[in-house]
Amino acid sequence: MRLFATLVIGILTVGHFAHPVAAQGQPLRIEITDGVIEPMPYAVPDFVAETPGSNQVAKDISRVIAADLNGTGLFREIPAKAHISSITNFGSPVQFADWKAVNAQALITGGVSVSGNQLEVKFRVYDVFAGTELGNGLRFKGTTDGWRRMAHKVADAVYARITGEGGYFDSRVVYVAETGPKNNRKKRLAVMDYDGANLQYLTDSSSIVLAPRFSPTGDRVLYTSYETGFPQVYVLDVGSVRRKVLSNESGTMSFAPRFSPDGKSVVMSVTEGGNTDLYKMDIASGKRQRLTSTPSIETAPSYSPDGSKIVFESDRSGTQQLYVMSASGGEATRISFGKGRYGTPVWSPRGDLIAFTKQNKGRFHIGVMRTDGSDERLLTASFLDEGPTWSPNGRVIMFTRETRGAGGAASLYSVDVSGRNLKPVKINGGGSDPAWSPLQ
Amino acid sequence: MKTWTKAVLTVAALSLAACSNTGGFGNDDDFGTGTGADSGLGSSADPTSIAYFQEAVGDRVLFLVDQSTLSEQGRLTVLAQANWLMQNPDYIAVIEGHADEQGTREYNLALGARRASAVQELLVTQGVASNRIRTVSYGKERPIEICSEESCYAQNRRAVTVLTANLSG
Repeated sequence: MRLFATLVIGILTVGHFAHPVAAQGQPLRIEITDGVIEPMPYAVPDFVAETPGSNQVAKDISRVIAADLNGTGLFREIPAKAHISSITNFGSPVQFADWKAVNAQALITGGVSVSGNQLEVKFRVYDVFAGTELGNGLRFKGTTDGWRRMAHKVADAVYARITGEGGYFDSRVVYVAETGPKNNRKKRLAVMDYDGANLQYLTDSSSIVLAPRFSPTGDRVLYTSYETGFPQVYVLDVGSVRRKVLSNESGTMSFAPRFSPDGKSVVMSVTEGGNTDLYKMDIASGKRQRLTSTPSIETAPSYSPDGSKIVFESDRSGTQQLYVMSASGGEATRISFGKGRYGTPVWSPRGDLIAFTKQNKGRFHIGVMRTDGSDERLLTASFLDEGPTWSPNGRVIMFTRETRGAGGAASLYSVDVSGRNLKPVKINGGGSDPAWSPLQ
Repeated sequence: MKTWTKAVLTVAALSLAACSNTGGFGNDDDFGTGTGADSGLGSSADPTSIAYFQEAVGDRVLFLVDQSTLSEQGRLTVLAQANWLMQNPDYIAVIEGHADEQGTREYNLALGARRASAVQELLVTQGVASNRIRTVSYGKERPIEICSEESCYAQNRRAVTVLTANLSG
């Protein structure tokens, strides 16, 4: 069964006479790329319940918005107990002095109404010190079971207005849920909201599953499964949970799949006679095109967002390094030249950076470099970090961190592309190989 | 002084799927295959048994870090495996290649495939019919030793020849 919620967005237009003219000082703005930033203090008083019975959902929505914003490390919430004024009517004028007094630079107000299973959320963002509204009010309509998504939409809009960048809260993550000890680990595909809510399993744990990847529209997932006893690439429809094998030639293995940006083909590794090369497969026809032909290992391919190039790893030089080639194959240019080994490259959705796993002196790192290999920066260091995936706005990277020793376990972490805000992602049990969806 | 604001609605619609549990897999039940491997091995006193192959011939070879070349010891083991397989044509084999945990997942899959292939090639060179042997790589997914020390890693960097009776033959 699949439930559909229709989300209607309306713009709450403010009458022309309502605009205060005297906006003074700096505009309300966070520059995400700045080296060190002081989180912006803001307040999000509980949204006003505008219909009987909507108190709880109004409160819950406000809390999800705050969790989204606080989780970025770019915003710092002024807690409700410090507020000296409250918002009891969404339409009433804001008492800016009261919010200025508690040092809230931004204020988010909202109203929530429920009618049957229909939910309506509206909100406004204010620049408290300028005494102005930031952008227009917006209204979302949907079904009550989609309340978290509406909260994420509000938070995405607030994030976008204050940072000037697209948001990433209304997104999902597909990953491999893990249970059991290292020598008897059970793996199954799971999908959840980016914040860990709404967990859903997509496979059982009867066979090993690895490295799921979302399609560009988020409706399908590629992954590798040992269902037949041999690793093969599958494509799974997230809505129906129906799957089909993509590549199943006897005597070969296929793994490390990734969608092309148009969603019509898949690039992956195929191993034949112990040798691993890259192939492109058209999903509709099943037609396969060989992209590399060397005795070395070629794997972990990832398309540039425009689909013209592929970055991948190869040990053709003797150790794992990163290479870029045309999406149709041919000559490849090595881009990694630092000390150590480089693997699992992933092109940023913005096209500007490549995230990778680096191994050096017994440590693992998640790092980023420009697409020509310059400006390498390591963002993490641990016993075992690997498998980066980009947030839809290219500002946050999620990855797998595995701990050392007999009791070692895998979990998901995220870090800003700046290297700040390293933290675990809340999941149920162990997890590995996260892949972030596009913004929904 | 603030004045009241008037809400005028411009409506744009976008539909979104609020996915609910599809009822596919709600519980974290154990779907494990179990071991069950003890049955059918026979007695190691029987030289045509799988137990004998595992214990007397040796079902596995080990590899150095990031290497897929057989060691001299490994080569001797595979030669003995070839000899046994020639004498026991009713068995087919899957050679499982493995890696230790020091490496990225995809690379280790490819590395395990190289290791399995190294064993397969030598078996075929020695006369074992290629249609009796398949290879598979588990990368770092199936360690047998779980510590994060070289003593465990050395046991995990392996290629294991797993036999089954060829019922169709």
